[in-house]
Amino acid sequence: MDWVELLLIPAVKSLVLIVVLLLGFAYMTYYERKFLARLTTRVGPNRAGPKGLLQPIADALKAIFKEEFVPGHVDKWVYIVAPALALIPALVAFAVIPIGPDITIFGHTISLYIADVNIGFLYILAIASVGTYGVILAGWSSNNNYSILGALRTAAQMVSYELPMGIILVSIVLLTSLSTGVGSLSLVELVEVVTPDRSILHWLWLWVAFPIFFICMLAETSRSPFDLPETENELVAGFQTEYGGIKFALFFMAEYIHVITASAIMVTVFFGGWQGPFVDTLPILGVFWFVAKVILVLGLFIWVRASVPRVRYDQLMSFCWKFLFPISLVYLAITAVFVALT
Amino acid sequence: MMSGLGDVVKGAAQIAQAMGVTLKYATRRPVTLEYPEEPMAVFPRYRGQHMLRRYDNGLERCIGCCLCEAACPTGAILVEAAENDPGNPRSPGERYAKTYEVNLLRCVFCGDCEIACPTEAIVLTQSVPMPQRNRANFILTQDVLLEPKDANLVIRPDS
Repeated sequence: MDWVELLLIPAVKSLVLIVVLLLGFAYMTYYERKFLARLTTRVGPNRAGPKGLLQPIADALKAIFKEEFVPGHVDKWVYIVAPALALIPALVAFAVIPIGPDITIFGHTISLYIADVNIGFLYILAIASVGTYGVILAGWSSNNNYSILGALRTAAQMVSYELPMGIILVSIVLLTSLSTGVGSLSLVELVEVVTPDRSILHWLWLWVAFPIFFICMLAETSRSPFDLPETENELVAGFQTEYGGIKFALFFMAEYIHVITASAIMVTVFFGGWQGPFVDTLPILGVFWFVAKVILVLGLFIWVRASVPRVRYDQLMSFCWKFLFPISLVYLAITAVFVALT
Repeated sequence: MMSGLGDVVKGAAQIAQAMGVTLKYATRRPVTLEYPEEPMAVFPRYRGQHMLRRYDNGLERCIGCCLCEAACPTGAILVEAAENDPGNPRSPGERYAKTYEVNLLRCVFCGDCEIACPTEAIVLTQSVPMPQRNRANFILTQDVLLEPKDANLVIRPDS
């Protein structure tokens, strides 16, 4: 193993992934505004650049050049670090998701993922819960009753919806043992080995879990109809009350990158990742299929936002604990029996 | 929990229905008006920004009678009249409007000035008053008011 494979390739891969995710965030906001506009028979942004394509850049410049205002009563360092703490987990979670098969460039075999962690699912669950820290610290450091209440609510929501999500992921790991003999936690293995081997029954049973997992992801990424962290109408603006300018934008950046990551996870688990027609002959096509599938799932997020009204907080909690949680436990039990019998 | 199962099915059906509705609207043409670039349809009786008209020979119709100023319910119009120079008249009458200003911030677009005007000099056009960056620009002076360019408008046929 020379230095190219040890240092250069991972560095370049990480850099490309971060740039793509940040650009992806920018154009996710554009995609959302355009698609949402079409769903409500409007045109959407079309002033900045052709078809409004420069709108994300205009928004970014506006956020950056706004006055950097730090209220006097906040805990300054935690206040400044909190948006970054919310953002980083969303970025880091992408590391274990394979976005394409191995490709060969200049004699080096490059795998299109940052790391094949053999505890991929566990890693995703762990990273997802770290994102809650950013929210809690933002609320606490703001030194404001609205903020701390909003932060605690948000944290409770995120932690609650992680339970059914985790149980569904456990079921999926159990299901992988149908193909590999032993259940695998690796997402790379899931796409490369398990996905091509899935039987029809396996696919169908997996699809039963998709709605539950999708609802968990909506709540986990605080998307509508579970966008209670925004708290527009009951707690001023929740945990981000005291934030403005680019610091406020960072929270939304975190949310949108979280959505992209969640879509990537769903594509990997339910839609076969980068698998698609003609990938065997032209491996780079896998990236195309992956991106196309992610864009479709993102469209689903936006479509739900346009259609479903926001839920109340008590509805949110009772739905998670009284419905989603038991349902996912039942799903896990049936999966276990199913796996044991075959 | 079992009693809630029917509600769950019903709720899921309702969400599916709602999502169908939004998807149906996605195929429709947007209703957004791209006003300055594309023509906007207004009714023929729509009252927009003011215009001071001229006669065909170039003389101003306004003779500085101040009737519009008197008729204006909000006092948005200011007219100062002056005697015409007989050799080089600005209006066919004895007097002309030295200053003619309309304050758009006060105007209620009632059209009373139009009715009061004996020479049909002041009229309300169909053009929509454009947004301004400066409050001073909302006071329309004579050079703005005298026969401004037509905005990108069409008259609605269904009136």
